[in-house]
Amino acid sequence: MSNQPFDDQAVEVERYELREPNSYLFEADRREFIQALGAGLMIVAMANTATAQRRRGRNARRAETLSERFHLGEDGTVTVLTSKVEVGQGARTQITQAVAEEFRLPVDRIRLIMADTGQCPDDGGTSGSQTTPSTVPRVRNAAAAARELLGRHAAEQLGVSRSQLVIKDGVFSADAGKQLTFAQLAADKELRAQLNASPPADGVEITPTNEWRVLGTAVKKVDGRDVVTGAAKYPSDISRPGMLYGKVLRPASYGATLKSIDLAPAQAMHDVTVVRDGEFVGCAAPTSWQAAKAVNAVAQKAEWERPPHPSSEQLFTRLKETGRKDGGGRRGSREWGDVEKALADASKKFSAEYTVAYIQHAPMEPRAAVAEWTDGRLTVWTGTQQPARVYRELCESFRLADDQVRVIVPDTGGGFGGKHTGEAAVEAARLAKAAGKPVHLQWTREEEFTWAYFRPAGLIEVQAGIDPSGKLVGWDFTNYNSGGSAIATPYTVPNGRTRFVESDSPLRQGSYRALASTANTFARESAMDELVELAATDPLEFRLQHLEDGRLKDVLRAAAEKFDWPRRRADRVPNRGVGLACGTEKGSYVAACADVEVVDGTIRVLHVCQAYECGAIQNPGNLRAQVDGSLIMGLGGALSEEMVFENGRISNPSFSDYHVPRMNDVPELDIVLHDRRDLPSVGAGETPIIAVAPAIANAIHHAIGKRCRSMPLRIA
Amino acid sequence: MTREFSLIVNGEKRSTTTDEGRPLLDVLREDFHLTGTKFGCGEGECGACTVLVGGVPKRSCITSIGDVQGEPIQTIEGLSADGQLHPVQQAFLDHQAMQCGYCVPGHIMAAVAFARDNPGASREKIISAMSAHICRCCNYPNILAAVEQAVRRV
Repeated sequence: MSNQPFDDQAVEVERYELREPNSYLFEADRREFIQALGAGLMIVAMANTATAQRRRGRNARRAETLSERFHLGEDGTVTVLTSKVEVGQGARTQITQAVAEEFRLPVDRIRLIMADTGQCPDDGGTSGSQTTPSTVPRVRNAAAAARELLGRHAAEQLGVSRSQLVIKDGVFSADAGKQLTFAQLAADKELRAQLNASPPADGVEITPTNEWRVLGTAVKKVDGRDVVTGAAKYPSDISRPGMLYGKVLRPASYGATLKSIDLAPAQAMHDVTVVRDGEFVGCAAPTSWQAAKAVNAVAQKAEWERPPHPSSEQLFTRLKETGRKDGGGRRGSREWGDVEKALADASKKFSAEYTVAYIQHAPMEPRAAVAEWTDGRLTVWTGTQQPARVYRELCESFRLADDQVRVIVPDTGGGFGGKHTGEAAVEAARLAKAAGKPVHLQWTREEEFTWAYFRPAGLIEVQAGIDPSGKLVGWDFTNYNSGGSAIATPYTVPNGRTRFVESDSPLRQGSYRALASTANTFARESAMDELVELAATDPLEFRLQHLEDGRLKDVLRAAAEKFDWPRRRADRVPNRGVGLACGTEKGSYVAACADVEVVDGTIRVLHVCQAYECGAIQNPGNLRAQVDGSLIMGLGGALSEEMVFENGRISNPSFSDYHVPRMNDVPELDIVLHDRRDLPSVGAGETPIIAVAPAIANAIHHAIGKRCRSMPLRIA
Repeated sequence: MTREFSLIVNGEKRSTTTDEGRPLLDVLREDFHLTGTKFGCGEGECGACTVLVGGVPKRSCITSIGDVQGEPIQTIEGLSADGQLHPVQQAFLDHQAMQCGYCVPGHIMAAVAFARDNPGASREKIISAMSAHICRCCNYPNILAAVEQAVRRV
């Protein structure tokens, strides 16, 4: 992989990406110090390059030769290289479609090699919904340029002009039966040299939306057959000759450090490698069962220094108390008009606090890695959304030079923003180094619930006021800790202030599907409903009055119409209510209407109607799955998901104690997708999660007259 | 206690020498390299590790190797014959009942037994049975559609 920082880096900083030092810097021996000199010089070079890259801006297209991106096989197939990973969001199929479109090939003639730092160009990590707006256009531009280079060459060979050539299914053909196939071109040595030397051709157009044949259609998951037969190899399925299985000793509580430990019980076990390197203690054995037994034996002999740690009951007080005086937020802080005067003069006003709990991504495949050392070089297969970051973690943790590490990411069992780090990779590599054999390491569910990072908890304070005509005149919105995404209100208000205040987080926190936009949308849309009550008007009308014409207004109207809002809002059934909410983030737009029933303190969501728009739809089947999946995942954060902790330990680190949505939690769903072929496509894996919680909260108020201001929502 | 265990897995005789308390899941994955069966939780809550033991769905992460002696075991790898997908596999493919796909083998194995025992089952009955599984991508609408097809065709 190139040493260039990836283009999406700026996006991630804004999104409150987890920043922390490496967990381990292992003891260096003398030989390693000598190698480290080389690595040190590399870091200086990296820093210079990073500055230059940033100055060119996020949209600067890196000069890349075509051969780095594509391989034309002598069987006429095209192999595409990208650093993007497949974690279930559909990137593999989507990029395949994009390349098939531009090469005018059927989908089954395209093969993707994803996320191998040893051979793929760096398209950045897989986060921030960036594959659709950033990687797909970049790959399409390169594919179109490659197609035209091939076309020019074919025209020369056939003695015709390029415009006389037609390209279809991997064959350039002209009149009188003249033709050249991709397979023939692939065997052409002269062309090979030319392609390797050429920059992309200038002035090449990508296929406009009205001419799409492959994009815009519901192409099925390209490796779907391997999924249903069990042949698909996820990171935890990788096997290497002589491979051992590893387990790591976890601290007794957050922040605990070893006072003493006796490794003897594990060392006495047959075939077990035991490693202690500073705070790192782990075992490797021929089976994971033996490795776990060995680690358990050591755990019995470990004594820990356990620092005090706040409990989840104290959480929100603590976030408020530790909020940085200067805000410290990297994004979202803005002030306009005179908010204090506006609130003082408002005819009606209200203030409220909203909270969101820490939640866990809980992907079905817990963190896993297989590490293998060969002649001082390290190869790691692991499930991560950030192969370049994990590669760097490995280089630094083991003091290795750039060409000594390779990270390969097989298609992974879920991410949701939770796999940006390389814990399992580093741990497997440390054990493999000691054992002298490849080591497989997969976290348990309890480890995943405890030691992976969390979606940030947050406290949000809102003050707002309306004038006698029911117009919003003042809006003061402060988010403690959870983040700045979607903190700006889309509603028209002449005076306002939005602030994101960083706090001390008791738990390790980082990225999550849609990150803070869920919290900010929950607080804003709940607060809007409180203003509706003050203005004695209708939730739909109040929002429409305060929105300018445009895409958000369009989805709000679409959801309300499909849901039959005015009639259902007017129909009163005891304990039943309807509510709505809308929002925008990362360039796409969502609105949801919910119908709920509250009986004996239990919330039942009966029906959700959601409208969504993300520009031109590239794969309607996958988009539907993303919208359904986001919405249903959002039900978990709305109704049940919450990390509980005390004395530095998680109290509910299992699926039996932490309820995630299951099939019987799914309400009746109506999904409206707007295909805006006139607008650029943006990513859709995140934003459809943000509207469902406030729609439900507002429906609860309509049902029983009670405001629920926490996520998860609580009646009591 | 460590001893030799003989099993019939997907119609083939297999043996391994191991502790009797070791989970069947580990034996399938580590000793027999049948990695289609997945680890999800280790407490029988998510269903990713579901296999058929004597035709009955079992959570292999909480089933000890010592408890499955003499009963034929079927995993996702043993479901299709001669390159022909099982109707439940075909249903999952037809309805795209997969996002990351990690939970899919477990869902399919449970659905195979369910469809066999409940031909033509109602939607409510399917939802009740399949709610014993977790798909964190929350692809439940497509999974439901797949199982609805499966109970009509198996």
